[in-house]
Amino acid sequence: MNKYSVDVTVIGGGSAGLAAAIIVKKANLNVLILERDKELGGITLQCIHNGFGLHEFKEELTGPEYVQRFINQAVELDIAYKLDTMVIEITSDKVIYAVNNKEGLIEIKTKAIILAMGCREKTRGAINIPGFRPAGIYTAGQAQRFVNIEGYLPGRSYVILGSGDIGMIIARRLTWEGCQVKAVVEIQPYVSGLIRNEVQCLEDYGIPLITSYTVTKIHGKDRVQGVTISKVDRNFDRVIGSEKFIECDTLLLSVGLIPENELTREAGAEISEMGGPVVDNNLETTIEGVFACGNVLQVHDLVDLVTAEAKRAGLNAVDYIKNRYDKKIERKEIIKCIAGENVNYVKPDLINRSDLSKDVIFTFRVKRPDRRLLIQFKDDKNRIIYKRKRSYVIPSEMLEIKLNLNEFNIDSNIKSIEIEVIPRPEVLIEED
Amino acid sequence: MIYDVIIIGGGVTGCSIARTLSKYDLNICVIEKEAEIASGTTKANSGVVHAGYAAQREYIKRYLCIKGNKLYTQAVKELNFPFERIGSFVVALEDNQIKELEEERKKGTEDGIPGLELILDKKKIKDMEPNLTDDVVGVLHAPSAGLVSPYELTFALAENAATNGVKFLRNHEVVKIKHQEYTFTVRTYQGEFQASNLINAAGLHAARISKMLGLDYFSIMPRKGEYVLFDRNAIHLNKILFPMPTRVSKGILVCPTLHGNTFAGPNAQNITDREDISTTTAGLKDILDGGRNLVPNLPLRSSIRNFAGLRAVPDTYDFIIDNTDIYGFINVAGILSPGLTATFAIAEKVIEFLELLGVELNVRDDYNPIRPKPERFKDFNKEDLDKKIQEDPRWGRIICRCETIPEMEIINAIHAPVGANTVDGIKFRCRPGMGRCQGGFCRPRVIEILSRELKKPYEEITKRGEDTNILIGRTKDIALKEISRGVSKE
Repeated sequence: MNKYSVDVTVIGGGSAGLAAAIIVKKANLNVLILERDKELGGITLQCIHNGFGLHEFKEELTGPEYVQRFINQAVELDIAYKLDTMVIEITSDKVIYAVNNKEGLIEIKTKAIILAMGCREKTRGAINIPGFRPAGIYTAGQAQRFVNIEGYLPGRSYVILGSGDIGMIIARRLTWEGCQVKAVVEIQPYVSGLIRNEVQCLEDYGIPLITSYTVTKIHGKDRVQGVTISKVDRNFDRVIGSEKFIECDTLLLSVGLIPENELTREAGAEISEMGGPVVDNNLETTIEGVFACGNVLQVHDLVDLVTAEAKRAGLNAVDYIKNRYDKKIERKEIIKCIAGENVNYVKPDLINRSDLSKDVIFTFRVKRPDRRLLIQFKDDKNRIIYKRKRSYVIPSEMLEIKLNLNEFNIDSNIKSIEIEVIPRPEVLIEED
Repeated sequence: MIYDVIIIGGGVTGCSIARTLSKYDLNICVIEKEAEIASGTTKANSGVVHAGYAAQREYIKRYLCIKGNKLYTQAVKELNFPFERIGSFVVALEDNQIKELEEERKKGTEDGIPGLELILDKKKIKDMEPNLTDDVVGVLHAPSAGLVSPYELTFALAENAATNGVKFLRNHEVVKIKHQEYTFTVRTYQGEFQASNLINAAGLHAARISKMLGLDYFSIMPRKGEYVLFDRNAIHLNKILFPMPTRVSKGILVCPTLHGNTFAGPNAQNITDREDISTTTAGLKDILDGGRNLVPNLPLRSSIRNFAGLRAVPDTYDFIIDNTDIYGFINVAGILSPGLTATFAIAEKVIEFLELLGVELNVRDDYNPIRPKPERFKDFNKEDLDKKIQEDPRWGRIICRCETIPEMEIINAIHAPVGANTVDGIKFRCRPGMGRCQGGFCRPRVIEILSRELKKPYEEITKRGEDTNILIGRTKDIALKEISRGVSKE
């Protein structure tokens, strides 16, 4: 069995893992990336559309172009990586076991771990569509892989359930292939992906977006022959009599993404309700020296934001090794971050009281779209710490607020901070 | 060539009979209409091995079930399929139901069911199954009840039968049967096959097969059952939980699976379409409502899949295992619940009939009752795993992330006797696609492996046989066709 000892092991060689590893290597620590696929780059490789890099490089790139810049940098820096390598176990004292077809079982002793495994697509079972189990049902990402990577078409005529970004992007891609996308059907009364994708991928190609509808039956025994869609009311119960049949040979699902945290869970880290690990303001999980970034922590809307978060995780891992590793520093008291009114989740989940002098980057998403709002941070005694105006919010957009809490004279004994997004009172507030 | 025995139907019943018969010096052939065996009622069976108290005493199925349950102990040793006796509870939620349970206990014990026990101590019950509702007033505990993977059992039976010389023909739908001069001629779309004895184990289609020989004395009604499957991280049960039985079925049970998941179901709907395995909104709601009567914290958000299966319900409501009026033709029909439990006892019954028919049953010299346990990545310790990958690197290439399935397991599933030839066939044999992502990551790679190993192009790889192709062609195919059509118009 091959045994390795490294400072930092990064699990996942996609956009998050690469950016984190580069930061660690630049700090002169040795780092090893473990990637389960046959090449570095992750899911960004199959995103051949443009729109990447506007934050990070101030230019517009395709997914492969974007991630290639990081791969090149990793190669230049001579960062070690192993491909086709699957981590099978992380022990509580940070020993990683992985397998690949070249070395067999590998044991890696490491001082810090950065989790960057990304996310997976939700599937049909989770949304319980009745009907047969014919061929011709795929997730949007799977179809994207077949078309963009493998070079095969999964069908001729499509209905896409869910207006997630991947679904809308693959709708345009399939149209270019000469396929017919009959409709994108969305159960919510609003599009669930980014507005720019609605415009550029659906409207520009005349693909109908049908909101407040869902697929209520799949027709066809061997191959999909069509779907029945039905209108839903506010409680998502279907409206009897609203059924419409749409003929198609393929149904794609773009109903959301979930962080891929099986390893994290098995390693013993606490997982938050939304699926990502519980992290503090250093992006450190509840296991000391284990950090998380990218879509394994929270599903991001833009890969540029993944990169930014991964860099922070990298820096924090470096800081951990240089200043805390082997020093048995007790974890300081913590402040909990709570998702309040119209907030779906908030990261970090915890803030170390000792870090209050540092900037804390809060990222969160709202539950439902709204206009003319106030984003408000409150302490556990309902005292308002910070507030900011916002003209609109939508669930597809990840919100980010950077605060140095010490600047706000907070009570040093607070136990929690709650973030809420509430309608703006009539009196205008002089901040923003 | 004239076979000694042809068995129509490659479900658990047909394969069990084939395997039991393979012990003897006979030429045997199993004919299955689907691309894979275990594709019909076997596939969506709930996998519960019943203790045997449920069926009434006037039915033969009661006795075959009790006997069949006991035969599992030896069969597992020989065939190495997944099986665990975890025990079941019938759950009484009202005081007046206790009397009924005591009655079942008494009769069951008299008929030879081991260990039946009525438990009224609520604390003891909750210790044994903490997920059970607080409304429980008592349970009938049957420790001999267990869980089996119905399709893995069927694959094991078929593999062992094939190893002992049984021929399996898949994708062969029987369209006509002739009986002349003590010989049956079975015609499928692919050819004609002859045998001196014919066993009808065609499940939902058994009455139709019987009618092909002019025997029209029973009918089979399809009865649909829907299931909802939950993620293994969401809930974990210790026991199989039954509600008090109703007239139509044993009710909605909540049950662990051998792989650590939990399912609720099945409901019971009489239907007319023998292929109708669609799920319905109303049905799924019934299942969740029913399941929650027993397990109130059933995690709806963690359901990963719903599916339906059909039971072959005969108009007699009992197994039809008959030496018919046609010499050499045996019906094994209407094998509804507890048919899976009874399967080894049913096979023994068929052997008795063949003996009556004068078939010479000489044990083969080279009979091998052992079907080795399929090698699984998950069963290896670290040392063995390393050794295994050094021997063959394909053990080290993980195809399915959710279930940690390496390429080698998939290749073994394809090249096993009566091996997989479809994506679903692989999924049911070694689980890629069964996990949380339901094939999202691994399906393209499974297609790649099937294509390579079966030497078929990607487009010909199917989900589960004819007309279920996964991909329709190369990218640009449609666009190019349109362009060439445009050119030819000019």
